[in-house]
Amino acid sequence: MDDFGVYLLHQILAGLRTTVFLFIACAVTGNLLALPVGMALLSKGRWVKYPAVVFALLFRGTPLLVQLYIAYFGVGQILASVPSIRYSPLWPLFRDAYTYAYVTLSLNTAAYCGEIWRGAILGVPKGQTEAGKSLGLSRSRNMLSIVLPQALRIALPSLGGQNILLLKGTALAAMIAVFELMGAANLVRAQTFRVYEPLLAAALAYFVLAVIITSGFSFVEKRIALHYR
Amino acid sequence: MDSTSTWLSLLSFGDQGWGDELFRGACLSFAIAAVAYFIGLVIGLVGAVAKLSGNRVAIALASAYTTIIRSIPDILIIFLVYYSATDAFRSLINLSGFSTEFQLNGFVAAAFSLGIVQGGYSTEVLRGAIVAISRGQSEAASALGLTRGQTFFLIILPQMFPLALPGLGNLWLVVLKESSLVSLIGFTELVLVGKMAAGASRHYLLFYASVGAIFLFMSGISAALINLIEDKTYRAWRHG
Repeated sequence: MDDFGVYLLHQILAGLRTTVFLFIACAVTGNLLALPVGMALLSKGRWVKYPAVVFALLFRGTPLLVQLYIAYFGVGQILASVPSIRYSPLWPLFRDAYTYAYVTLSLNTAAYCGEIWRGAILGVPKGQTEAGKSLGLSRSRNMLSIVLPQALRIALPSLGGQNILLLKGTALAAMIAVFELMGAANLVRAQTFRVYEPLLAAALAYFVLAVIITSGFSFVEKRIALHYR
Repeated sequence: MDSTSTWLSLLSFGDQGWGDELFRGACLSFAIAAVAYFIGLVIGLVGAVAKLSGNRVAIALASAYTTIIRSIPDILIIFLVYYSATDAFRSLINLSGFSTEFQLNGFVAAAFSLGIVQGGYSTEVLRGAIVAISRGQSEAASALGLTRGQTFFLIILPQMFPLALPGLGNLWLVVLKESSLVSLIGFTELVLVGKMAAGASRHYLLFYASVGAIFLFMSGISAALINLIEDKTYRAWRHG
């Protein structure tokens, strides 16, 4: 392989590592937050419900790119002007673009997946809850053992799709100076003036990641379906 | 420090504030989203028909297209389409022997690349709507002696519209937000205006939050209109 090929491969692999870490971190956080968000959206208490509604509305109604800009440039600038943060030992964390990308992408995923959970919980037939009640199960036991397992089965395909969207969303982190796959492609593009090779290499890497995530989700879907036969 | 009045003057219309620039940017965002939406629908219609055509080559091509769009970040596809379209046009024009200085019109390039992405999503939505129409409809049409083209345009297309509506509404909300991506290929829509304003005034949070608020407003109005259209359509459908 020529020098350019080696250089490109090197950068792409470095970017790939960051993309994978960023994706896993955001997927775990976002999906864990999604369930409480979804249940809050269905809550009868207005102090629980409306904050969740506003949260979902804000994140679902604006472009991810703008959310990243608001977080990194906007909130970042405000935080930098607060002395107790500026001179705290945690400042390197607050200065780092990764932190903002991680928080924004996680909350974004939580908002979208929360809405999926809401729909899935509503999709579980009412008779299931009633049957649980008539067996004398407590409300939380009913939710945990009866409703949520069935809701998971309904939600899984959409959750898989949303996680693919998260993977695609990590590419936008490059726009706030996170060096991941897209950032690596942009760097090679800027330094060598070759456009197609870096972009296509990054595209191939994203494609492989997407295939892995998709097959992971369909594996889980099949495993869960086994219990329902 | 009277920050509120500073903010208000920064957001005002006229040469002191960025209000008019932001407004123009919002209009351009809307326009680019609308054009990309229709390009996407046309591609989607072709893709959906190809997927259901029974022709093995057409199915393979359409599936490859939707798979690629689904699994590769939209911004990457927009970059690739933008550069290859610009290069293709340039070499085409060079071949024909006209000027060597050539720049693809920003609006056309942005709408086209966004439309290609959107086409992948539209294909799936329209395919689902066509599949949902019962087979008896096209069988009845061929029994009446309609050609395949007539069947598609006179029987299938009008019936799939209400079935596709929820999906089409979602697609519009998606493309409205995705239009922010064309700021990255240098097209001056809302996000890029906001970026310039933020950079010039150093009020980052103010301008990015305003851009976000404008998008929120546009999505909100769109969602309300979509609900209205769906309501009307279903009412007509039930009584019809």
